[in-house]
Parts: sequence; C-alpha cells; structure tokens
Amino acid sequence: MIETKTLTCVACPKGCEVTVEYEGDEIIEIKGNACPQGQSYAEEEIVAPTRILPTTIKVKNGALALCPVKTTKQIPLENMFEAMEIIGNKVIEAPISMGDVLIENILDTGADIVATRDMPAEIK
Amino acid sequence: MNKKYDVIIIGAGISGCAVAWKLARYNLDILLLEKEADVATGTTKANTAIIHAGYNADPDKLKGHLNVKGNQGIREVAKKLNIPYEEIGSLVVGLEDDNLSVIDELYEKGLKNNVPNMEIVGKEWLREHEPNISPKAVKALWAPTAGVITPWEAALAMAQNAVANGAEVKLETAVEDVMTEDGKVVGVKTNQGDFEADYVVNAAGLYADEIAKMVGIEKINITPRKGEYYIYDHAKDFAVNHVVFPVPTPISKGIVVTPTVENNLLIGPTSHNVKSKTDLATTREGLKEVYEGAKKLYPSLDLRDTIRVFAGLRAADDSEDFVIEAAENVKGFVNVAGIQSPGLASSTAIADYTAEILADEGLKLSEKKDYIETREEPVRFYEMTNKERAKMVDQNKDYGQIICRCETVSYKEIVDAINSPVGARTVNAVKRRTRAGAGRCQGGFCGPRVVDIIAQELGIDPTEVKQEEGNSQILEYKIKELLGSKVMDNA
Amino acid sequence: MRKVKKDLVVIGGGPAGLAAAKTAYDDGIKDVMILERDFELGGILPQCIHNGFGLHHFKEELTGPEYAQRFINDVEERDIEVKLDTMVLDVTKERKVYAMNKKEGFLEIEAKAVVLAMGCRERTSGAIGIPGTRPAGVLTAGTAQRYTNIEGFVPGKEVVILGSGDIGLIMARRMKLEGADVKAVCELLPYTGGLTRNVVQCLEDYDIPLMLNHTVTAIKGEGRLEAVEISEVDENLKPIPETAKTIKADTLLLSVGLIPENELSKKADVVLDERTGGPIVNEGRETNIEGIFACGNVLHVHDLVDWVTEESQIAGKHAAKYIKDNYEKTGSCAELKAGENVSYVIPQKIELEAGDRKRIPLYMRVSTPLTAVDINLYADGEKLYSFSEPFAKPGEMISVPLAQKTLDDLGNVDEIKVDIIEKEGN
Repeated sequence: MIETKTLTCVACPKGCEVTVEYEGDEIIEIKGNACPQGQSYAEEEIVAPTRILPTTIKVKNGALALCPVKTTKQIPLENMFEAMEIIGNKVIEAPISMGDVLIENILDTGADIVATRDMPAEIK
Repeated sequence: MNKKYDVIIIGAGISGCAVAWKLARYNLDILLLEKEADVATGTTKANTAIIHAGYNADPDKLKGHLNVKGNQGIREVAKKLNIPYEEIGSLVVGLEDDNLSVIDELYEKGLKNNVPNMEIVGKEWLREHEPNISPKAVKALWAPTAGVITPWEAALAMAQNAVANGAEVKLETAVEDVMTEDGKVVGVKTNQGDFEADYVVNAAGLYADEIAKMVGIEKINITPRKGEYYIYDHAKDFAVNHVVFPVPTPISKGIVVTPTVENNLLIGPTSHNVKSKTDLATTREGLKEVYEGAKKLYPSLDLRDTIRVFAGLRAADDSEDFVIEAAENVKGFVNVAGIQSPGLASSTAIADYTAEILADEGLKLSEKKDYIETREEPVRFYEMTNKERAKMVDQNKDYGQIICRCETVSYKEIVDAINSPVGARTVNAVKRRTRAGAGRCQGGFCGPRVVDIIAQELGIDPTEVKQEEGNSQILEYKIKELLGSKVMDNA
Repeated sequence: MRKVKKDLVVIGGGPAGLAAAKTAYDDGIKDVMILERDFELGGILPQCIHNGFGLHHFKEELTGPEYAQRFINDVEERDIEVKLDTMVLDVTKERKVYAMNKKEGFLEIEAKAVVLAMGCRERTSGAIGIPGTRPAGVLTAGTAQRYTNIEGFVPGKEVVILGSGDIGLIMARRMKLEGADVKAVCELLPYTGGLTRNVVQCLEDYDIPLMLNHTVTAIKGEGRLEAVEISEVDENLKPIPETAKTIKADTLLLSVGLIPENELSKKADVVLDERTGGPIVNEGRETNIEGIFACGNVLHVHDLVDWVTEESQIAGKHAAKYIKDNYEKTGSCAELKAGENVSYVIPQKIELEAGDRKRIPLYMRVSTPLTAVDINLYADGEKLYSFSEPFAKPGEMISVPLAQKTLDDLGNVDEIKVDIIEKEGN
C-alpha cells in the first residue's frame, strides 16, 4: 500500500515541510525540500529515524558533578533509552577535555560518547 | 524527662511570638511551640501587612480596645527590634456613587476608639496626595497613624528577642494533647515528646479551636476565611502613597491597594469563608474580584509587573471578636484565639492583655535584671546605598557575593539567616528573612543557589531541602536515579 | 572601594557579551573587561546541553557548551580581563559601572563605552497568575534545566509543561530521557512558541502530547505539587470550564516567555521599547545613552544563538568605533516601524554615517503565523522592495537585509516600515 507522510525537516532550523510517498521501506517520491539535506532526512525518517543524543555523564572530582556529552553521530531513535542507561551507569574522573571519548562505539552504533566541554578537576 | 516550664505557648504566629516576647522579660521559663518548620507560616505570612489605625473596630468589642493600643505599641517595638515599619497613613476613599455617610461614621467610631489625628479630606487633597486615584474619588477618611509592616519579620523579631532573653522555640513540634490534672494544666503532648508547664497559652491560630477542645472548651469555633492577593514587583511604576481602602460594606472592608514596606504594591484581599484550614488556593474568581476591586480605586492600574498571587486564611471565631481569656474549666489555660484583622496591629496589646490575664491566674511576673530590650538590625543589603555596601564588603568578603540579583541579597545574609537564633531551615524561611527569591524572577536565578547553601549549612542533602512545610522538597531525585526505573519501562 | 578605568566594559559573559568583547578587541580596543555573575563564562549555554546551535554561524551543528567553549577560547586567547562571580549593581548614564565580588569587594569602573549583555529571565507562574496553591515542584523550565544539567538533580518524575517555548520543549525531552514521565505540553495559543524542529525532535520522537489551545487552570497540592488542572481555551483564550481535567503531576515546568533583563539599563536612563522589552537602539546597537550599547537577549529575545552572535559583533564593532572616536551620526534619523503582522523590528532607528557598512540586517518577528508570505518594505510610504518566504512563525526570527546601496539611494527618509502579509494571489 502506498502511503504519504508530511515531515518537518530538522536538518536545519528552516524546517521545510517535506512530503514523502512510500511503500514499506521503498521511497517513491519526496517533495517540498529546499535542499538535498531534506531528501536524505526524509529517506532516513521513513526507514529508520536517527538522532544525536545529547545528555550528561557523572563526574568524579570535577568542578561540577556532571559533564555534558553527545554521540559523535546520529544513533537510532529506538536505542535512546538503552544508551541513556549505559551512560547513566558510568562515572568519569576529572579533568576532562572537550572532545574526549568517554564511551566507545555505544551499543555497536559506531557512535562514541564524547565530552562537549572542558571539565577541570575540583578546586580544593 | 524534659524540664518543667512556667509557660508553654502553642503557635508561633504573630500572637504567639508577641506573647513570648512579652513574657520573656520576666523571670519565667518559656517554651514556644510551632508545628511547622518556621515561625509565621500561617495567617501571619499571608495578609495585608497593615497596622490599622483603629477606627474600624467596634468600640464595644475587644478588637476595638486593643487596636489603638497595639498601633501605639508596635511603633515602639518596631524601633527596638528593628522591624521594617512605615507609618504611611491610611485612606478610606469614597467615590461619587458610594454611601459617603459611612466615612463620617468611621470617623466617629475612630474618635470613640481614641484614634489620633484623623481628618476628613476632599477631592483636592486626594488629587494632590494620591495622584493616581480615581477621578470619582470625592471624600476620604485620612488616618495618619496607620502603617505598613513586614508581618513575618515582626513575629521573627519578637521570637528572636524572646530567645535572647532565655525563651526556647521548638519548631516542627505539633501539640497532640494538653495534659491536665485535678482541673489544672500540667503540660502538653507533642510529636516530639511531652513538655510540662504550669500555664499553657493557646495561640494556635486557625487551629485554636482544636487545641481548646483538648481541654474541653467547646465555645471557640474557628472558620477559615480566605483572602486572595496580587503582589507587584517594586519596579512597578505606579504611585500609591497610603494604605487605600474603599468605603466598607456591611460584610467587607473591601479590596485594599497599598504599598508594602519593601515598596511592592499589594492588592487584595477577598473575604470568603472556606471549609478547609489548608485551602490556600487562589481562584480565578477571587483574583478577578481583587483586580476589579483595585481598579475601582485606581482605574489605570494594570496587571503588568505582578510577580505573585497568594491566598491567606483569617482565623475567624464565630463571635467575630478576639477571644482572649482564661479558661473557666481548667486552671492555667489561656486562649488567644479568633485573632483576625486587626490582629497584626493589635499584637503588642494582645501580648500585654494576655500577660495581665496570666498574672490574674497566679503567674508571677517579676522583671529580669538583665532583660535585653533590643534586637540588632539584620544587614539588609537591598536597602543600602552603594557606599554602605562597599563598607560592608570591606568588613566581610562574604557580602561580596550576591546570590539574589532581583533583591540584592548577599551570601552572608543568607548564611546568617540560617545560623541566627530561630534560624531558617527552608527556602521560604530564607526568603522571609532575606528577601532572596521574593523578587521579579521568583527564585528562578537564586533558587538553586539557596538550596545549595541551606544544604551546606544544615549538613543535609539538597534533595532534603524543603520549600516550606511537610513534603515540600524542591528536588525529588538525583540525576540518573530514575534511569531504568518503572517510569522508563512505560516510556 | 576600588576604582578602575576601562575602555570597554561588557556586562554579561554569555554569548552576546563574549562576541561583543571579542569583536571590539579585534577592532583595536585592547582594554576590555567582562563582568559575569556566574562562576564561569558562557551564560545560559553551559546548561543548554542539546545540539542545534551554530548551524548558521559555524555551518556545523554544536551543543550549547561547545558553542560557548569556542567563544570562551576566543576570549581567553586575547588579553581580555574577565571577572567571574561578579554582580553588577548599578550603571550610570555617565558609564560608571558598580560591581561586587568576594575577592575584590566593591568596584567602581569608569568606562568609555559599555555593552549591556545581561540576557533575559523567564516569566514565572506568579507573573501569569495561575490560580491554585503554591507548592514545591512548580518551576520555570530554565531553572529545571540548571538543576538537571548543572547541579545534577531531577526535580520530579511526573511532569506537565505549560508553554511550548523552546526551553519547555527541550526540557520535555530531557526529563523524559532522564526517566521522568512527561505527560503533556500545554500551549495556550493555537500554535507553538518554539522552533518546529524542537516540536519534532523533542515531542513527536517521544510521543509527548502537545496540547494546543490548552492552559493550566489550577495548581493543586499542599507541600509538593500533586496535580494540575488543565482546560481548553476558546478563541479569546478564555478557559472553557466544561473541558477541565486533572492530571496527576509532581512537577510543573513553565515555558511561558522570556523577558529581557533591563533593570540595570533603566538605572542608566536607557529608554526601552515596550514591544521588545529591550532598549531602543540604532543600527550600531547604541541605546539613547551615548556610549551604551546593547545586544543579545537583553535587547530582544532571539530564537537562535547564531543571531545573538551576529548582533553582538555589530555592537562590539560600533562600541570600538565609538571609543576610537570615529562614530559619526548623520543627524537625520530614519525610524523603523513594525507594520502589518510584525510585532517588532530591530534596530528601531538608522542614524549612522555609512562608513564600511555594506548592509544592515533587520531582525523581526511576526505576530501571527502565516504560510506563503510577502515581506514588504516601505520608505516613507513608498514600496522599497519586496520578497517572499514559504512561511513565517512567531517563534522564529526573520532577518531582512537592508542593502547599503538602497539606503544611499534613499537619501533622507523618515520612516521605513515592514509588513509581513499573506502572499498576493494565495
């Protein structure tokens, strides 16, 4: 059965309304996107939506109790809560630098968990 | 066994604190009990914050006797205990269509109650002294001795002065029963154990009837009467120079428009009986009534810059009068009940009167030799000039860190509020003492910092820090604590 | 009291202050001081741990802390003086800044120019007067964000969010990911106040219901929040009593608007625009007080930090010119007017000599959302030019460039007006 879905592209803040015609996993037509990013966004959205996961990780002996982190690339939306649990169980010792890989290849997605800021050690 | 006290006072609202303050000058062992985590958390924290001049109260009632005395008393106490108080005067403003003879009647009543310096003023006077007042305003009763005060600071100051003179204050201590033997009071049972005393003063506010019933007194019946309010930021650019009342109707004093001591504009209250003594909810209808009432006096007043809505409950006895008397059936038990408006204004007089009753009942009042009359002024950064602030910071660097930017409250003030006698244990207690969180952002900025300081100073975890009463924790969980929990399985 | 003199004092070390300081420094003003009230630079960005920043400015997607770190690094690489944990108490129109911190005590700083970059604050439940009790558990989305992302606490586990501003949407996802049950996001208006991508990525991805035309009509609970009552509203935004229903919740987050934080500006007699809540400025972001500039959310609330950066660079550049004494005003002044369906336009006036300026970006927002719009500019009533956009939403700022050449061709104009209306023939 051929289905139609209207998506709001989130590749950039412009937010194009993209219309996708598809049957199962097969894309028939994509309309409304202003750039090629919209095309690939719509394809992925239909087949398997993926997102960057930004969250925090617990820090030991840091200036703050938490360090913000993110996945280095988009991971499947359905893996989010599982990834949150893995990250939530981890504690990293300060100091940490922005870009430090804190967890490698989370859930075999090919994405690493990296720090998104410097976290100096606690000033005693 | 705990030590035996001369007097136990139940309830640390304005009345209980005033009685404690009054009695602490005598050679007596005094215990002030409060079921909540701070003083002044009931009616005292949510009212119009007015010291009435005394023309309103019926001369034949106890209220009528005590209001004018209290008005004079508070002036003196405010100075001695450094309580923010300003005698800005009140107006009862008659509009064109009002029954203006009521204003003359109030004037006459005021004369009977010995209210000093009242004047009837006209249109011109009103234009000059209240420039924003309704153009329909034609006549007013001006009572220059009315004032505005910080009610919880008044209660706190009196409690602190009592403590300085040897009284004890126990918070989070709820009275469960009053113990008697052979028709005489011997003490109270509480959730923190039993306390013995020869005299018990019932100043339990909304719950005074329930305490009275513990010794078999049935005649007191307290009905909570709700009053709703709006409060504005002090940055609100709208001049109101007096406590301004409309012409009262037989059932209500009406919606008041007044500045507070801290220069916030306050409008309210409504006046409606409610069933529950914990019903502190504002209502859509009530807030509408407040705003419409205020607009009658000040048509150009809008709701911009309001920072909070709140409701308070008056503890109204069926007699519609103060009930301050010794129990007939039990020796040593004194009720200080039904303290609704003008209770705040009458507080010092209520304390004097209660002390007289206790003396009549046999309590010996001999003044202490080393009685401390004054309370040191707490540092209030928000009312200082920059020069004064600079001086404070030179003396102690902890004044240099401003925690609440809206009200300019420093780290040192907050730490002191927690560590001083009758210290703050909750976020609201800090707010009442220092104004941190009382400004336009309502703790949006300083909230996390205040929680942190309270946790540090009291040596507790931030998840244990409460906003006010009972289960009012600000933060329920540590981060990551909910991961993999039941909630997530439902996700 | 310590007294110091500085060429440029920047009040606020968030993205606006950092960009303004950096730009002024690079334009030759080496004596710059940033005053920041928090313990670190970055403003609100360190707690905005989500991605979506920098797509315009850096052409790559960053998280808030990453965006901040780039500017913090820029400032640290330069010889710019930074005072942390420092609260500014007063600013005068003579550009004296009074500030305080624990280390140095009270400071009086005399500045040649001042950049106001204090950002904004959130509207509270009291400001919108929600009826009900005042329990713990009612807080603004931004405060909840600080607790969650910086302090390390989850305020509660059964959450309702009032207002669909971006922080509310972001916090809906954030709390859901941390294990809370986010029951609904209520929005009074028939459309969301946030970016579309946030509606998709924060709500739709996690099946969090967005209830348009709904508001919270009562807060219930004595100690901690126990429940909220929500109701549908009619076309006049008045709650319909029959639609009221109660949702069990221990936490209510408010994302009901941001207010530029101009208490200090007022102390310096800076005149504010009622529509933006921020100062009235010219194209150099100078306020009515000579030598006092403003940029970022203190000027008007932005949707994206990228525009804050762009605007703050303008302010920094002109502050530098002012200090170097080659800041010329034409003496004539064109006022910018928000016309049909435009809620405001920044700057509010154009009055500077052209200099090296090529174009003036005008920032604006629409009052109501429209699809397929014409953006029309008029100079003294005559159509200047016009272009089309596929849609315009109040939650998203529109940037309209005004070319220098257009301005030069105009000569002396008194008023430039912008309308954003439904496209002709649509």
